Amino acid sequence: MEDVQTIRIQILAIIGSVLLLGFIFELIRRKRLREEFAILWLAMGGVFLVLSVFRGLLDKFSYLIGIGYPPAALFLILIIGLMFILIHFSVAISKLKETQKKLVQELGLLRAERESGPGAP
Amino acid sequence: MREIIIIPAFNEEANIVAVLSAIAAEAPDFGVVVVNDGSTDGTSAAARAVRGVKVIDLPVNLGIGGAVQTGFLYARDHGCSLAVQVDGDGQHLPSEIRKIAAPVRAGEADTVIGSRFLDKARYPGGLFRRAGIAVFQLVNRALLGERITDSTSGFRAYNRKAIELLAESYPDDYPEPEAVYILRRKGLRVREVPVEMRTRAGGRSSITLGRSLYYMVKVNLAILIMNLRKGA
Repeated sequence: MEDVQTIRIQILAIIGSVLLLGFIFELIRRKRLREEFAILWLAMGGVFLVLSVFRGLLDKFSYLIGIGYPPAALFLILIIGLMFILIHFSVAISKLKETQKKLVQELGLLRAERESGPGAP
Repeated sequence: MREIIIIPAFNEEANIVAVLSAIAAEAPDFGVVVVNDGSTDGTSAAARAVRGVKVIDLPVNLGIGGAVQTGFLYARDHGCSLAVQVDGDGQHLPSEIRKIAAPVRAGEADTVIGSRFLDKARYPGGLFRRAGIAVFQLVNRALLGERITDSTSGFRAYNRKAIELLAESYPDDYPEPEAVYILRRKGLRVREVPVEMRTRAGGRSSITLGRSLYYMVKVNLAILIMNLRKGA
């Protein structure tokens, strides 16, 4: 009974990871997702795929860093991964805002320039 | 070189014409540039109806910092030697423009701030605004070693050097206290001159309780980070 349960969750985890990876690849293929962001998501998907295929890895990893309950290690990896992705988003958004501000200013100035025509003050 | 007045305006339809008329009467020798910060009311049309006013319409709302910086960019590109920032809501008195421009014209300062509190013991305004101003003053004194009594005042005069610096780098929201640091860190001389200000003639102030808190945290964080950065 125990074995059937663990194999069931392992198969589900593998399917989930593969679906995530497939979804990301599809988004890149349709140019809906820039590679810059895709790399982080692919790395996440990759880690989960590896962990679900080699079940022993998670146990070893949690033992290594001193976590007694392996699923907690899984959450740790998940949270750290998501944090990285979110920080990356914040940086990207900050950059976008800066670019957008410059464009809006330039557009306003150019329009004003056009109204007054060449040579006018 | 030209001297201009920069007026950032966001939804100031109710006040802008009165401000512009008062400027035309009190400071007719200045060029006037209104930066309409993506207003949803008739601010742009109202300002355009006033003779001799240049209106820059920003297609979206950038916030006060982005709008004022647009004015600096305009001043820089048009070779202006002096720019005075006057709010579009009517709280700054055009009769005092000459007063804050004078030290800049005389070459005694690179930036002049019109201060409401220079000659006063107690600050007006709500509790949170007062507390905020007191904190800014402490930070100012600790980091710059000088007393800026009204670092939130947006009534300012800048010379060419300050215009060029701020056209390059100006904070987005609640920019006034940070701008003082940007200028001081580049070694520009910032001075204060006492002025009177009116309470708003119409519309609503952007300073509310929640925003005051955000203002405090944001500005102090920005100033702290600026001090950690080398050179810049």
